[in-house]
Amino acid sequence: MSEFFQQIINGLSLGSIYALIALGYTMVYGILKLINFAHGEVFMMGAYSGYYLASWLGVERYQAAGRGFPLGLALVVLVLAMAASALLGVLIEALAYRPVRSAPRLTPLITAIGVSLFLQNAAMLLFTPNPRAYPPILRELRFAAGGVIVTNIKLAIFVVALALMVGLHLFVQRTWTGRAMRALSMNIDAARLMGIDVNATIRATFAIGSALAAAGGILFGLDQITINPLMGVLTGLKAFVAAVLGGIGNIPGAVVGGLLIGLAEQLTAGYLSPDYRDAITFLILVVILVLKPEGLLGVVRQEKV
Amino acid sequence: MNGPDASASEPDLEVAGLHVLYGGIAAVKGVSFSVARGEIVALIGANGAGKTSVLKALVGLVPAARGSVRLFGRDATGIPTHRRTALGATLVPEGRAIFAGMTVRENLELGAFLKRDPVTLGQRLERVLALVPRLGERLAQAGGTLSGGEQQMLAIGRALMGEPRLLLLDEPSLGLAPKLVAQIFGSIVEIAKTGLTILLVEQNTRLALETAHRAHVLVTGEIVLSGRCSELRDDPRIKAAYLGEAL
Repeated sequence: MSEFFQQIINGLSLGSIYALIALGYTMVYGILKLINFAHGEVFMMGAYSGYYLASWLGVERYQAAGRGFPLGLALVVLVLAMAASALLGVLIEALAYRPVRSAPRLTPLITAIGVSLFLQNAAMLLFTPNPRAYPPILRELRFAAGGVIVTNIKLAIFVVALALMVGLHLFVQRTWTGRAMRALSMNIDAARLMGIDVNATIRATFAIGSALAAAGGILFGLDQITINPLMGVLTGLKAFVAAVLGGIGNIPGAVVGGLLIGLAEQLTAGYLSPDYRDAITFLILVVILVLKPEGLLGVVRQEKV
Repeated sequence: MNGPDASASEPDLEVAGLHVLYGGIAAVKGVSFSVARGEIVALIGANGAGKTSVLKALVGLVPAARGSVRLFGRDATGIPTHRRTALGATLVPEGRAIFAGMTVRENLELGAFLKRDPVTLGQRLERVLALVPRLGERLAQAGGTLSGGEQQMLAIGRALMGEPRLLLLDEPSLGLAPKLVAQIFGSIVEIAKTGLTILLVEQNTRLALETAHRAHVLVTGEIVLSGRCSELRDDPRIKAAYLGEAL
């Protein structure tokens, strides 16, 4: 039984990272009907910005002195990496998506793949293709309770992800920019007529989605110990599956989808074989597309005439 | 009483030589007209005459291929839709275009996106609810669950929340039962009494000519006839083509 709880804890922690990334996919899709294939690379760049920021703030010195990295500085790393990735997301939108926004839908999809490949290769050039050990911006503490081992890192991942998701929910529901985003996802021309600046709102959407992905990147680095320039490919794809599973375009759906994918992966690895942990995600994708293509929380959209 | 304000130096809306193209095909071919402050002007014409295209070009939802649009004395030809809303020109689009997943209250509040001061927003909400009946009891309901007539009321009320000076209405009677149409046009007349300038696009020619001061008749993208509604009502060409009366 303790084995089971262990897997659940690990699954929720991994799943909350997927959820953070899935939110960016789903927010952009909800408004632009665009699958932002470069989103996995924004996640990767977020992890690397966290890496460099932590080293700039002297994480090695703390490590060498046998002291933990101060929590305040860890938060600074998180916030600055989120800001840097927000900027990257806004840049990608301005350079690669806005110029082709009125083109047929296949065109932005192809530029998205282009940006994704560009960022992967730029990262290999800039950071070398070698995996890097992630700096210990949180020193690991272990708690054992009834045979279940919980680390402060798994807890921190869950808490940070949860806080960001609650923050996003409040932002989307309570602020005027959040309302503008929802209005845009429902009817873009009507939103324009309300006086909503569509370009500014899309920029905000990319900024927020990218910032959440960066947070996911840092948490992923903490969880998985190493990062590399291609880490966004598989993880990004899994987060995308999570968004589809929950119902793409649907914010609570992305959270539910992310947590379910994380749980499915951990339980498969624990009880079946670690070899199948990646396969299970894509099996879920096939099943959901066949049985409920609109996703768990998605609604079938009727095209009005 | 609420007729055009002759003292206003410039009309609220001035369109000159407007052309709208869809993939090289001209939907609007050189339309010119103006609407003075406080005036109700109707654009009438058959399906496909280009009425909706004119309205969309006026608010910038489709680009003007040629010609100019002046709003409140300022050139607005190339500026984006949200800035025309900020100038004070708001379109209530055909088919209502309400935010189906939001509540009636959220829809109305979004209408005040550019005028969101919480104190006056509450007052405006009350004023709008007094002008457009039946929305008050449905504030917490999702917009998409309203009936067609209620959605039309909501779309008009939402536009009023932004305190426009010029209201553009695209087919407010579309798909509604005659009783509801009468109610909505009653509201439009009430709204006009508050001093708003109105450009009304309507397929129901009789109703449009009864409501507006002046009208322009659009045929395949061109204005073929203009005049005061009182005169147009008796014009034999109008009677034959649009009012269904034999010559």
